[in-house]
Amino acid sequence: MEIIVNGDPLEVSEGITNIEELIQELRLEKKSLIVEHNQTILKKEKHKETAISEGDRLEIVHFVGGG
Amino acid sequence: MLVNNRYHRQMLFDPIGETGQKRLQESHVVIVGVGALGSSSAEMLARAGVGTLTLIDRDYVEETNLQRQQLFSEEDVRMQTPKVIAAKKRLQEINHLTNIHAEVIDAGVDELEVIVPQANLVIDATDNFDTRLIINDICQKHHKPWIYGACVASYGVTFTVLPEETPCLQCLMDHIPSDGATCDTVGIISPAVQMVVSHQVTEVLKILTENLDALSGKLIAFDLWKNQQMELKVASLKDETCPSCSKKQYPHLAYQAQLKTAVLCGRNTVQIRTSAEKIIHFDEMKKHLERNQHIKLFSNPYLLSFEIDKYRVVVFRDGRTLIHGTKNVQEAKKVYYQYVG
Repeated sequence: MEIIVNGDPLEVSEGITNIEELIQELRLEKKSLIVEHNQTILKKEKHKETAISEGDRLEIVHFVGGG
Repeated sequence: MLVNNRYHRQMLFDPIGETGQKRLQESHVVIVGVGALGSSSAEMLARAGVGTLTLIDRDYVEETNLQRQQLFSEEDVRMQTPKVIAAKKRLQEINHLTNIHAEVIDAGVDELEVIVPQANLVIDATDNFDTRLIINDICQKHHKPWIYGACVASYGVTFTVLPEETPCLQCLMDHIPSDGATCDTVGIISPAVQMVVSHQVTEVLKILTENLDALSGKLIAFDLWKNQQMELKVASLKDETCPSCSKKQYPHLAYQAQLKTAVLCGRNTVQIRTSAEKIIHFDEMKKHLERNQHIKLFSNPYLLSFEIDKYRVVVFRDGRTLIHGTKNVQEAKKVYYQYVG
């Protein structure tokens, strides 16, 4: 399945069905982050229940501390 | 002549004009942290004609700063000049009309409680979340806008927090990450710094010249190396139960929430304890530290220990950290934020 993450196409395996699994796959689960799924901002508690399907557009922004 | 003409091109820019320029001259901006982000912000604002700048930083100039911290010179490295002192000297060469307060202090609750109420707004140019969350609470308490900005590697992120209007940093962050990904472990390229500052300073100019409709209202992030640019409308994340901006309890101003340090007698060691809220990601921290070849690393299931320069740092799983090789609390905090995050 192909989705768009931060503007770039990303091929994800069929085993990835929701946002929480995608975040783990991208190894971002330890980050404090905000996800927008098809132009809707998701609260963290919605990550698990939000299914991903072909062609979905995601924006993922994580917080960093450097400066 | 020089004085009359120096802001001409900026005044030609219609949203600023003569009125906006006058407002800038009457403004006071606090910049917390004068490393890469702070140097760049300070230079842009001094050139733009902001009347008063307060610069806060506890550190002195080192050789590894020169790659990106634009106000500093090799002479500052040789003299180990405090960053705000070196910055003030350079800024006064650039614009003698700018009134600059240089504060060689650690930006804690007590210090910011005095300084922030005097200013129009605060620019975040710190290197750690502890100080940012203090800024977040102080600015809510005193109704001052502040502009979050941070960068690491080729990635940067920024957001303008307006009290009573936008979500605050506490609303947006579900936890405080501590995974050792800092400029001293995974590095930083200068364009990432400048990109964050471009966003931050533009937002500052909009606020100070009272062009509030032009503010972005978005959480902006980018990765210059990956050619990515992200903009999220996060207004819906304003949390009605947020202890900082909704309940006005300001949790990070409480003594318990602050980073605690203790000098261990006779051991040339400083112990640092963080708030319980901070989650230490041990494995990530190890991975990031391994990238820096100057670091000698050792770990067991209970702790992670590494040597860098004259220090030996021991991080326990609960986040408690020992910095061996100094009795100086400021020096220990600096090492802590450089390598632990």
